[in-house]
Amino acid sequence: MAGNNPNSKPMNLTLKVWRQKNFQSAGKMETYQVKDISPEMSFLEMMDVLNEDLLRKGIDPVAFDHDCREGICGTCSLYINGRAHGPERGTTTCQLHMRKFSDGDTITIEPWRAGPFPILKDLIVDRSAMDRIQQAGGYISVNTGGVPDANEIPIPKDIADKAFDAATCIQCGACVAACKNGSAMLFVSAKVSQLALLPQGKVERKTRVENMVAQMDKEGFGSCTNIGSCAAECPVGISLENIAKLNREYIGAAFTSENV
Amino acid sequence: MSWFSKTFSSTIGRKLLVAVTGLFLCSFLVVHLVGNLQLFKGDGGASFNIYSHFMATNPLIRTMEIVLVLGFVFHIYEALVLTRRNKNVRKTAYAYNRPQDNSNWSSRNMGLLGTVILVFLIIHLYNFFWRARFGEPNMIDIEGTGYDDLYSVVVQSFHLWWYVLIYVLGQIALGYHLYHGFSSAFHTLGLNHKKYTPGIQKFGAFFSIVVPAGFAAMPLYFFIKDVVLS
Repeated sequence: MAGNNPNSKPMNLTLKVWRQKNFQSAGKMETYQVKDISPEMSFLEMMDVLNEDLLRKGIDPVAFDHDCREGICGTCSLYINGRAHGPERGTTTCQLHMRKFSDGDTITIEPWRAGPFPILKDLIVDRSAMDRIQQAGGYISVNTGGVPDANEIPIPKDIADKAFDAATCIQCGACVAACKNGSAMLFVSAKVSQLALLPQGKVERKTRVENMVAQMDKEGFGSCTNIGSCAAECPVGISLENIAKLNREYIGAAFTSENV
Repeated sequence: MSWFSKTFSSTIGRKLLVAVTGLFLCSFLVVHLVGNLQLFKGDGGASFNIYSHFMATNPLIRTMEIVLVLGFVFHIYEALVLTRRNKNVRKTAYAYNRPQDNSNWSSRNMGLLGTVILVFLIIHLYNFFWRARFGEPNMIDIEGTGYDDLYSVVVQSFHLWWYVLIYVLGQIALGYHLYHGFSSAFHTLGLNHKKYTPGIQKFGAFFSIVVPAGFAAMPLYFFIKDVVLS
């Protein structure tokens, strides 16, 4: 079975991988060789091959985050060859395949780098700062009562589509990793937009945006300078339009919310 | 903290101030460019000198001058505060990074471009504004009234090749700064819509070329006319 790569022969690769023992220790780049990598393998399967090889040699395997390996959970990360989730647009690391690389390539693999994402071990970072932002307001707390009849609350198709597009954010943190400023604005804007667009979420839109932005700043993320690298690297294609919507929500809330 | 200081000390609030002051400074650029186009009039500088006198004495203009200085101060101060914060977020740089694959050079280098513009601005103010306001330029008689001959100060400055070079480089930096800054400011204000955003981006690109090109044309015109061709 041949992939996109016309050359479907096994590849030998040089990997430069960030190794860091724990949260406190200083890390460094280590170089490893991997042999007989099939172009049909996913990037993480290639990492599995590397780790099996390291275990056989008595070396501590490289720690990296992964879960569903289907591109839907947002657990995998990895900064591959200078890009969040690797060189292919619109994919998570687990959906990146080795046919995108060539025999003899050197691949640099680093963790997400941002102050609010401390490195726990090797390529694993602690992304709970994003959970705390979500907990600050990314929910609906109003009592919505019993199950309403279908179509009782009309939502125009284009609004439903926009809210759904924002809701596809898998909270992987690639936006923060790719941003020159380490800003989490694309993530926060997706969550704020999704809820502010729908009738159930509109009730708390003002306090939500104020609390989520305050938490975002408190966690130490950088500010947005509209560079656009976040949206370009987002595996699910969250649009930059959401950031303008977040700005709009925030400015509106600042002047009209009840929080003095 | 009051709601006001909380809003304007947040990252979004500070960025909002950068955007508003940035657009205000854009409006200044238009006024400054249109007024100075009188240098090209070929009337020996009469209308330029009368215009300069008006700009230096009109009370409304003098008041706006203070607003303009405040615009620069806020624009630079807020941008510095945010840049400092942003630089601290990623203490360890990526060993291998390819930002050129996902963003424009100008958008990533607004601080550098702004610094070049600031250096240019200091040289520019020292040479023209300072000398016009506090120096003693020669007097010239225009239809029976005496005016400071600022036209000659400008023209003579633009006979120096290195001065022309500083101006052209300053305007190139301004062009790149505006190329990102103009449309970015609207985005920060929350204005992004498929109906008008493509128009704002196109106008921003036009603005970032035409305004700096207009300013750069002034030193180039006098240098080419009086030095190269004479």
